[in-house]
Amino acid sequence: MAKDIKLRIENINKSFPGVKALDDINFSVKKGSVHVLCGENGAGKSTLMKIINGIYNQDSGNIYVDNELVDINSPVEAQKHGISMIFQELNFVPEMTVEENFVAGRWPTNKLGKVDWKESREIAKKLLEEEELHYSLDTKLKNLSISDIQLLEITKAVSYDSDIIIMDEPTSAISEKEIEVLFEKINSLRERGKSIIYISHKMDEIFQIADQITVLRDGKVVATENAENLTEDKVVSLMVGRELSKTFPKEDVEIGKKIFEVNNLNRKGVLKDINFDVHRGEIVGFAGLVGAGRTEVMRALFGLDRFDTGEIKIRGTKAEITNTSDSINNGLVMLSEDRRRYGIVPVRSVKENITISKLEEFIYGGRLHSKEEREVVTNMSDKLNIKTPSIETNVSSLSGGNQQKVILAKWLVNNPDVLLLDEPTRGIDVGAKYEIYKLMVDLAKDGKGIVMVSSELPELIGMCDRIYVMSEGTITGELSRDEFSQEAIMKYAIGSN
Amino acid sequence: MKLSDRFMKARQKYGILLVLILLFIIASLLNSNFLSVRNLSNISKQVSITTILAFGETILIISGMLDLSNGAVLALAGLLSVSVFKMTGSLLLAFLVAIIVAVICNIINGLMVTKFKTPPFIATLAMMAMARGAALLYTNGQNIYQIGDYTVFGQGSIFGIPTPIIFLIVIGLFTWYILKHTRLGRSLYAIGGNEEAAVASGVNINKNKMKAYIINGVFVGIAGVIFMSRVNAGLPNGGQGFEFEALTSSIIGGTSFSGGIGTAGGTVIGAFIVGTLNNIMNLSAVNSYLQQIIRGAIIALAVIYDTYSKNMKVKSEKGEVEVDENSNS
Repeated sequence: MAKDIKLRIENINKSFPGVKALDDINFSVKKGSVHVLCGENGAGKSTLMKIINGIYNQDSGNIYVDNELVDINSPVEAQKHGISMIFQELNFVPEMTVEENFVAGRWPTNKLGKVDWKESREIAKKLLEEEELHYSLDTKLKNLSISDIQLLEITKAVSYDSDIIIMDEPTSAISEKEIEVLFEKINSLRERGKSIIYISHKMDEIFQIADQITVLRDGKVVATENAENLTEDKVVSLMVGRELSKTFPKEDVEIGKKIFEVNNLNRKGVLKDINFDVHRGEIVGFAGLVGAGRTEVMRALFGLDRFDTGEIKIRGTKAEITNTSDSINNGLVMLSEDRRRYGIVPVRSVKENITISKLEEFIYGGRLHSKEEREVVTNMSDKLNIKTPSIETNVSSLSGGNQQKVILAKWLVNNPDVLLLDEPTRGIDVGAKYEIYKLMVDLAKDGKGIVMVSSELPELIGMCDRIYVMSEGTITGELSRDEFSQEAIMKYAIGSN
Repeated sequence: MKLSDRFMKARQKYGILLVLILLFIIASLLNSNFLSVRNLSNISKQVSITTILAFGETILIISGMLDLSNGAVLALAGLLSVSVFKMTGSLLLAFLVAIIVAVICNIINGLMVTKFKTPPFIATLAMMAMARGAALLYTNGQNIYQIGDYTVFGQGSIFGIPTPIIFLIVIGLFTWYILKHTRLGRSLYAIGGNEEAAVASGVNINKNKMKAYIINGVFVGIAGVIFMSRVNAGLPNGGQGFEFEALTSSIIGGTSFSGGIGTAGGTVIGAFIVGTLNNIMNLSAVNSYLQQIIRGAIIALAVIYDTYSKNMKVKSEKGEVEVDENSNS
């Protein structure tokens, strides 16, 4: 075996009741390299990483670190073998300070077990200096951004002398600029001889940093290649097992009358003079850095947050919106960026989730008409191609993409005129993304007005007819289709008025 | 659906019923009197009050709330009802007074929870103290005796079926209907399952939570009437610890303390498991202090089980474990 192999996975199998999650997995990670692991949701990436990190045990197969067979039964044991994992959803205590976060779990103590805060401060200070991070040690984590905390987590992993760092979709919640910082960090880690396993869906970033790419599909390795031997299209088709004709199924749709208009929307300290409109058949994008106020605009319009002043017109008439049922009744719906929090009721069935916002439709004399409800849900489920064993299945057991389709189905039951879609494809796999794009085009064809908030510029450029760019709570630019470019958008996104 | 899934569903749906059947078998082996019609009817009558309270508790827990005041409110409502009966001699009026009193208490609970955002635990704990105090104040701590025809509510029978059991069946069917077949029921499941998502789906949270408390109030009022009638007196100190029995019944019956999950059928079974256990322990002459320890242990185990299955669910949410939770109501 080659000397430069840091981690080798051999014939790993893992089954859960009813599914074979991993089927004879083999791959190896070199020293001082970035190994990207990609695959659709449910392909087995997370399961595999959790086996490497000791959260699960494999049914059979071996893991070798530095060509030595290792047996990992917990994340602590993984750490002893130099393996650290940065989770997609960062777990941290908001009230902890930067310093406390570094020393948590390994507090330097004196003989009586009292924490030696002086020494812990030294340790933390040294770490920050080594990694060239400039945070105050007393800053509470809740005051830092997600990307700051990510960098701290990586620093922490390095400080544990980890040679293998697993990152699970680290860019899913951070902005383009922050991604650059992250990538610089990853590059410096690579130069120092660390091995990084990087899990991602995002093609552009995969090719920016990958040395090797392993593609998983249905629990099997379908390819392991050097990055230069692959193309984006090739990886996508390996992931989904078929060629996608086009990444973005954008079609030219006839633009109709103005259907949605927002005038001078203001909320003190959050939003300033928001003006925009949407026509029938139009997909209007909202670009901007994380924290630019895009989500806040959508939430205010949908009635989830209050606003100070502003006028909303739907189908040409003024709409009074003070809560979500006002907006739903006016034909205005919103898909939240935070699916788990504002989207699904996880413990209830697909059926109940789809009809929750339109129950009056199925009620006669106080009684739910379940046959009609089932019909509507079944039709909707077929139309959106929701993959679920049955409409009585709990939403929590569906994949992210299918959960997103359930939420879309919920809104389509209301037959809305305007759809505000906040990061509609976040955290879902390529195949489901494509289906959601397709659905957006179909809705536009039906004469609906669509607003799409996204942090992925290629997606906005590929799908929208017009793009508004926001910065610091206000709209700083509007671009028509022929003016679209990443540079133009970024210019407005960074420079505020 | 795959066969193994079906098996899982069946196990989840009927598992708790199997526990009850097992208890019945053990009980009849321990004591030959257990399966007598007389004893079974006795158990039913004994559990009727806590089961009715448990139905209210189930509705509230499903929507992410709970009621600790039901025992005290039951005493206040029942006491005032007995008192009104003694003054007017009208059974109907007495019955209505109990319901009105209990509903008022629960409207206050609901207002504390919805308008003033008090955690239901604290709000109903406060109501528990207030209602008990009011009951004791009203009679200056004295019991009311010689309640005459009032006993018909708890000791009478229609076509040979004891009235408490009739109340139990009617309220059980009502609860089942509300949870399974109405907009209110669906909304309550959604609110308890994920309140923020329910808000974002246009569900009126406060209105539905208020309705849940009002329904609970009606149940508590009726339970108060049955209780006073069964004990042949107006007891301002009655109903102590009923909130505990009701909570236990509801949770053993599969209602999840995290909200969003629970059924009327499960609640009945849960209540009968608790009632049967009590009955077995009494028939076997288990020391009553020991009984209290056992009851405490049972609720702890039920909640631990619930938390455990919840953890399994969190894993399944991340697509790691295939768990098909029973979602039928």
